[in-house]
Amino acid sequence: MTTPMTGLDALPLLMNLSHTQRAAVAGVSRIETYEPGTRLFEEGGLADQCWVVLSGCVMIDTVVPPRGRIVVQSIGPGELVGWSWLVPPYRWHFGATIVSPTRAAVVDTGALRALADEDPALGYQLSLILINALLNRLQATRMRLLDLYRNPS
Amino acid sequence: MDVVLDLGGLDALIRVLRDDGRVVVGPVLRDAAITLAELGSAADLPSGWGVETGPGHYRVREREDAAVFGHSAGPQSWKRFLHPPRKALISSDSTGFHPVEDTAPDYAFLGVRPCDLAAIAKLRQIVGGKAPFVVAAQCTEPGEVCFCASMGCGPAAGPGHDIALTERIDADGHRFLATSGTEEGAAVLARVPARAASPDDRALAAGDVEAATRRMGRAMPELDLRDLLAANRDSAHWEAVAERCLTCGNCTMVCPTCFCVSVEDTTDLDGNAERAQRWASCFEIDFSYLHGGAVRTSGAARYRQWMTHKLGTWHDQFGTSGCVGCGRCIAWCPAGIDITEEAAALAGGEQP
Amino acid sequence: MTTWVPTPYQVVTRTVETHDSVTLALRPVAESLPRFLPGQFAMLYAHGVGEVPISVSGVPDDGTLVHTVRAVGAVSRALHDALPGTVIGVRGPFGTTWRLDGVEDLLVVAGGIGLAPLRPVLDHPSRRTVLVAGARTPQDLLYADELAKLSDVDVVLTVDRGDHDWHGRVGFVTEPLASIPLDPDRTTALLCGPEPMMRFCARTLLGRGVPAERIQVSLERNMQCGIGLCGHCQLGPLLVCRDGAVTGYPTAEPLLLAKEL
Repeated sequence: MTTPMTGLDALPLLMNLSHTQRAAVAGVSRIETYEPGTRLFEEGGLADQCWVVLSGCVMIDTVVPPRGRIVVQSIGPGELVGWSWLVPPYRWHFGATIVSPTRAAVVDTGALRALADEDPALGYQLSLILINALLNRLQATRMRLLDLYRNPS
Repeated sequence: MDVVLDLGGLDALIRVLRDDGRVVVGPVLRDAAITLAELGSAADLPSGWGVETGPGHYRVREREDAAVFGHSAGPQSWKRFLHPPRKALISSDSTGFHPVEDTAPDYAFLGVRPCDLAAIAKLRQIVGGKAPFVVAAQCTEPGEVCFCASMGCGPAAGPGHDIALTERIDADGHRFLATSGTEEGAAVLARVPARAASPDDRALAAGDVEAATRRMGRAMPELDLRDLLAANRDSAHWEAVAERCLTCGNCTMVCPTCFCVSVEDTTDLDGNAERAQRWASCFEIDFSYLHGGAVRTSGAARYRQWMTHKLGTWHDQFGTSGCVGCGRCIAWCPAGIDITEEAAALAGGEQP
Repeated sequence: MTTWVPTPYQVVTRTVETHDSVTLALRPVAESLPRFLPGQFAMLYAHGVGEVPISVSGVPDDGTLVHTVRAVGAVSRALHDALPGTVIGVRGPFGTTWRLDGVEDLLVVAGGIGLAPLRPVLDHPSRRTVLVAGARTPQDLLYADELAKLSDVDVVLTVDRGDHDWHGRVGFVTEPLASIPLDPDRTTALLCGPEPMMRFCARTLLGRGVPAERIQVSLERNMQCGIGLCGHCQLGPLLVCRDGAVTGYPTAEPLLLAKEL
């Protein structure tokens, strides 16, 4: 059984945190496993946690009438799921589904924010981690927008 | 073997080559330029005609003497004969794909300047084909745009000539020191009326060529050009040249070593097809066409491609420089862009 | 073989892969060409239309030529539409091969039609083979059935745009590349796809500690002769028909980063 600490220790995502800082994050997290098909959250719901995927796959989706529910992004091991907890109105902008057996560290983002308020150094490191993850996601999204594989004719 | 020919001897040389079944090509005055065409006799040569050249400038002028090789940097090079502007490659019909017979004649090139002699070797390394019989004409009067000496390609004829002529007109007459460069050249010379060359004849010719070496109007900067171009891929200078360069491609047409071709497909009404190559220029907007657009669209990128290839990446691709210092690109550029000045600008200094 | 004259091959099978791509299997009409190796290409001639360079997408032992052709222009459209029995002119083999000697972990990264020149390496012996392939949409994924049946390759597929029926990954190909398990010092990475995709994937792999010398890319430029004569395929000092298409990343990187080269 993986404890939050052992789960988070191995993650490149958190490698710039000190051992103590990582322990603090572990302290506000728990490990969960999810079966395929589980809806993690729905668009419009209260965003008060985030997930770090340890193994498995999560799909972010939205509904596009009349096409139905379309996946806009898949998220795999080592990556972060959930951003809307960061900014008001703290409501999910998309939905998320588990598509393969998944183990994740679930972070209580309210408690995480309190930790960051108390310890600005930790807060700064967490911000850098979030910015880095967002940057990677933005760059990959821009690459998709380039539509590189389109047929030039 | 070396001998001295007079004008009659030169005429006889042309006749011997024609009798051997060769098409003799040499300089002629046509359309107010010294171009290259088939010679029937020495009377076809541009006797007494010289040229006045400069950046973006070429005019024929009447000389005070009757020299036949007293000119340079004409709009054509021997490339036209070794690598024709259009050449059929294959035909395709219901019976299959067929090569096209090479119907090029056996050429004798008469009056090949040392720069062009070097160019013939560089070009043939890529395009192959039958070797022409070459009668080189060593330079004793560099043209204003010439810089063969700094490219190591003149004014003395390098290897690859069958016969080398050095023209001289003085009180002792209008004559040519003729030196054989190959056995075939010697055999041809032996059939031409001539007198033996004396040590004075040889010394005068050598002196004339040596003097020409010291009278060059321009030179490339003295450094490794390949390294210079490789180091300047991102130089701001390319944008500066682009403000003047019309990307007209004249330089690539007159350059004796530019070899790029494009392939064209044609079909006739019976459904038979032919593939042919035609001269192409890296300045053409679609030259680098790929996936719906060209890779090099800006003038800066296209000029950079031409100059970098000519002076730099030719070495990487073919083991030799692409430039022989003939100066044609300078004379025939409507904007008067001078490749030696551009090289000097990249090197960061003023041209000496 | 430095000739302009094509060797006649006949289309024996035409397999539709996607809405704009087919795989043609060609057999010699009479004379056959030397063996093509993975990474190499042929100049394929469609009578009266023209010639284009197409990599082999399969190297069967019996000398059949296998090419996956995407219809992007007049010539590729003619080849794409060629039915069994059509005679196609073939010249080749040209170009460099994927360098596979001493391979331990083989990481194959493909974008779009770039999967075609990489398909022949998927069964190369290795300690472990991973394929990460990106496509525009699920309908554009090549060889979907065949990939599903591969037993000794870890196949990671992703699309730029999902749809209602797609339950696989959605994201650019660099995303799974950032997180798949990887032993950088024992990995040989082969990349093929649009230039920006190869640049970004190489950057991701370099960031994960894969040495540049262990990364190979497949470069592309306008090609009209395939035999170093026409000058069109120049990329800096390289003639892609002769010095490529497969190039080591240390050589390729400065060329890929230069603008309009």
